[in-house]
Amino acid sequence: MAVAKDLREVCQFGNLMEVGKKMSGADILIKSLECEGVDTIFGYPGGAVLNIYDAIYRCKKIKHILTRHEQGLIHAADGYARSTGKPGVCIATSGPGATNLVTGIATAYMDSVPLVIITGQVAVSYIGKDSFQEADITGITLPITKYSYLVKDVRDLARYVREAFHLATTGRPGPVLIDLPKDVTYAETEFFYPPEIDLPGYKLKPNGIEKEVEKASEMLKEAQRPVIIAGGGVVNSGAHEELLALAEKLQIPVSTTLMGKGSFPENHPLYLGMPGMHGTAYANYAISDCDLLLAVGMRFDDRVTGNVKTFAKDAKVIHIDIDAAEINKNIHVDLSIVSDAKNALEKLLGIIKEKDNRRWLDKIEFWKKEYPLKYCKDSTRIKPQYILEKINEVTAGDAYFVTDTGQHQMWAAQYLKCVRPRSFMTSGGLGTMGYGFPAAMGVQIAHPEAKVVTIVGDGGFQMNSQELATAVHYNLPLTICIFNNGYLGMVRQWQDLFLDKRYSHTEISQPDFVKLAESYGAVGMRVEKPEDVKKTLEKAMETPRPVVIDFLIEQEENVFPMVPAGGSIDKMLGR
Amino acid sequence: MKHTLSVLVENKPGVLTRVAGLFARRGYNIDSLAVGRTENPEISRMTIVVEGDDRVIEQVTKQLHKLIEVIKINDITEDEHVHRELILIKVNADPAHRMEIMQIVNVFRARVVDFGRNSLIIEVTGDEGKINAIENSLHPFGIREVVRTGKVAMVRGPKHKNGKS
Repeated sequence: MAVAKDLREVCQFGNLMEVGKKMSGADILIKSLECEGVDTIFGYPGGAVLNIYDAIYRCKKIKHILTRHEQGLIHAADGYARSTGKPGVCIATSGPGATNLVTGIATAYMDSVPLVIITGQVAVSYIGKDSFQEADITGITLPITKYSYLVKDVRDLARYVREAFHLATTGRPGPVLIDLPKDVTYAETEFFYPPEIDLPGYKLKPNGIEKEVEKASEMLKEAQRPVIIAGGGVVNSGAHEELLALAEKLQIPVSTTLMGKGSFPENHPLYLGMPGMHGTAYANYAISDCDLLLAVGMRFDDRVTGNVKTFAKDAKVIHIDIDAAEINKNIHVDLSIVSDAKNALEKLLGIIKEKDNRRWLDKIEFWKKEYPLKYCKDSTRIKPQYILEKINEVTAGDAYFVTDTGQHQMWAAQYLKCVRPRSFMTSGGLGTMGYGFPAAMGVQIAHPEAKVVTIVGDGGFQMNSQELATAVHYNLPLTICIFNNGYLGMVRQWQDLFLDKRYSHTEISQPDFVKLAESYGAVGMRVEKPEDVKKTLEKAMETPRPVVIDFLIEQEENVFPMVPAGGSIDKMLGR
Repeated sequence: MKHTLSVLVENKPGVLTRVAGLFARRGYNIDSLAVGRTENPEISRMTIVVEGDDRVIEQVTKQLHKLIEVIKINDITEDEHVHRELILIKVNADPAHRMEIMQIVNVFRARVVDFGRNSLIIEVTGDEGKINAIENSLHPFGIREVVRTGKVAMVRGPKHKNGKS
């Protein structure tokens, strides 16, 4: 039997079984969600989920958020999950409803985000007949879900929901899909929420790691030039305090990947910034020159490593990851510790002794001074980096930041100062345009009192701008900052640098974003001059309604430094 | 190098799709795959022959382990084990050549399982080498059809390789 959460912990609401009373599949589903303590679901109704929506209509304990597109709801559920650590729950109907979720599921899968996705399906007897609004969603999502269920018998439903939450949230988290045929939502059985989970192939083995940890501590003791790279696993396991303690005790500089942003306070003297393609020069130099690399909860993505042959070539590598399949996948390591980051770092902290690496830190200080992040300041045109500096000033880090994908995402990763884990949400692995704004809605719904700032490009915003209707309907006081350069900027940058400025289809027209916002009932603002940036941000953040700020930024600004794809990370353009 | 993986999985619908999909998606080469129920009806065994160096096999094994239904994986390549394949061969056999074919069948300790007017179906079990050899020997007569299972394998001796033991 797998170790599952104690049911007393799982169940915040009422009875786990109702003997003798028959319930419909739809009611069993909702009751099971209540047992899991779900407070919010993101959904869009349709024919196959009619009966589920009838049960939702009767349900008083769960809030339902209706978006304007299924892609909007799944990104919102994703933002909810990333910012809280709780699973995001969403519902869509069969066929097109389900297929519209696909990009969002892949986004969550790549970034290990716990989601429980319920899709409607045609009745069991209609499956496989190319019925109206039928799509084989478990087949389509097979490579992008941690697991999926097709419920053919209502008596399995409660157990599947229980397992789905267990699978989504434990081990390496990920999306789990439950495909629920329409007739199963009407079929009746007794409700019983199983206390135990029997998944013989799913082992969350807390393997003995003592020997490896001891070896790691010896390697750390001997290292002269150590570096830590922290990834999303530190955020997921809540290991940020242990990371800070370890770094301070051993005086090791820390670089955080895009997914790890916020896992180490960015105002700390040991902080190195992001590594890799658009990382800081000093992070890339430190990694290239280090003699020991401690990689925690990260997976050596190609955007981090560049050319794997020259990546950290003089270093012994210690890799801590919860997923054994990540060990030796992209980079061959000298020591692996298969464990969640928190457990491994706790054990490591228990046996290491304080140490100083003064000479190494001096060298890093030199790089930081010599090669800082920089951009050409301009008094007439708005530089994107300047807006981000002003966002830092206005929020003082006390906000949730959500980005879309593209140039603005990389500038945000470089310039935003995050000091808390779960305060920076972005589609790191899949790089999904259209993610930022709907994900920010999910963050705001999870944290109604918090400041939520979303940074999007003019291209990505147009991919899901219909969600303005949702933001207005639920009166979410988001600050939506459009970095409007009239281009699909990141693609244009590659065309600029590698294709002799042949700007093939990257110049993009757009609506009047101020009027667009107003037509939805949101507030629209436009900023054309640098001196208006800060006061507009302040005004927007004081407005208790969704605000769209259209920042007309420098059109052909590039993100630097940049390591060309596949290049060595110590060879950067625009350093 | 070829590796033989003996994989215990839950006997549930969709498991084969997940395993096959994993191999296709990650670009691993399946040489052969055989699936069947074990002594426990809730558990099936897959015998997978996969080509690759040690790093590839390490990745294959770890990725397979991540599938929820996969209970246990043994790489039995280095273990002492018995391995068998089964092949059915429909071969041209006009009366003039029948005796010669029957001799080949006897040499390989194969069996004739169907007798047609101008053809025979021959059943052979054995390791890959033996099966290739009889196939080659029958080739000159004209092979009409071949059906071949994947390899199944079992470790010798008292060692028991089931998950729930």
